[in-house]
Amino acid sequence: MARKKNRPSQEVNAGSMADIAFLLLIFFLVTTTIASDKGILNVLPPKLDPNNPPPEIDKNERNIFNILINANDQLLVEGEFRDNPDGLDEEIKLFVLNFGLPNDEATTLYNSLPASLKAQVKRDAESSDHPGEAVVSIKTNRGTSYDKYLEVFDLAKKAYFDIYAERVNLGTDEYRALTGQDDAERALMDRGKEGIPMAISIAEPDKIGS
Amino acid sequence: MAKFSKKTKTEESIPTSALPDIIFMLLFFFMVTTVLREQDILVEQKIPQATQLQKLQKKTLISYIYIGKPKNTALYGSEPRVQANDALMGAEDIVQWVNQERDLLPEADRGMITISMKVDRDVKMGPISDVQTELREADARRVLYASTGKVQN
Repeated sequence: MARKKNRPSQEVNAGSMADIAFLLLIFFLVTTTIASDKGILNVLPPKLDPNNPPPEIDKNERNIFNILINANDQLLVEGEFRDNPDGLDEEIKLFVLNFGLPNDEATTLYNSLPASLKAQVKRDAESSDHPGEAVVSIKTNRGTSYDKYLEVFDLAKKAYFDIYAERVNLGTDEYRALTGQDDAERALMDRGKEGIPMAISIAEPDKIGS
Repeated sequence: MAKFSKKTKTEESIPTSALPDIIFMLLFFFMVTTVLREQDILVEQKIPQATQLQKLQKKTLISYIYIGKPKNTALYGSEPRVQANDALMGAEDIVQWVNQERDLLPEADRGMITISMKVDRDVKMGPISDVQTELREADARRVLYASTGKVQN
């Protein structure tokens, strides 16, 4: 076997290439702001038409889940005072899924729910009639901090997303990650939402006490 | 036991020829994710945290509005202000600004314009509701409350 003798290597010396790349890398590291286009989507109501006042709303009190936040960031949930919004998502979930007085459509909806959601149906006569009627109302004060408002809004969204995700047998995070890019994803999203509209109403803030 | 004698020569240097490739890969990652900031943000931005974040599919539809306490309090005061594009503006200019932004979009997408509100967490709801009233006036009703992810326990 003929062995090769030690010859000068024929490779180009690429050691300093890393240094050059490092310099570029550091430049981009410093200038990078990873675009954060994430957030909580909200759709505002259409503007008021002075000639065409909004229709009188005759909803039963039991179909509205009232959340008030005052200027000290204290909450009044369904007439009950509390200091922090912990556990609000579970309460909203129970409220939406109450089925106190379902009509025919809501009964079909109820029958289509998976067993885990059916187990949460309380049928309380004092709470919402059925998900199509239920409205979560959040009212703030001009002095309420944005942070607290967002926290409560976040919990209300979480309640709905939990329900949707459980209906289609996904995790909440997985459901929320659906973007509706293809038909399969869109079908899944529609199946989750069907019959349970996300009714979160943001009332105009109070002017007093800011 | 002569069979197990040490091999005479081993390569002593670690081959570093693949190092540039690794670094380049990192480099490309950062190049792709980088958005060079084209505007100075004149207001404080401590973005609040939330859990139920959603991503929008079309980034071109998003216009940004920044609300917070001005960084330069000597010049702009300490009350929360609204910034869009490169300048601070009053609430009454928002309708005009939204219309300008909408005109930049292709015609089919104009109804879907989304305003990403980057609001400092110390701002109160008063200024925010004023902005939202103006956005309703301008018929730009899709609003994204920009927030960062919260670690869930």
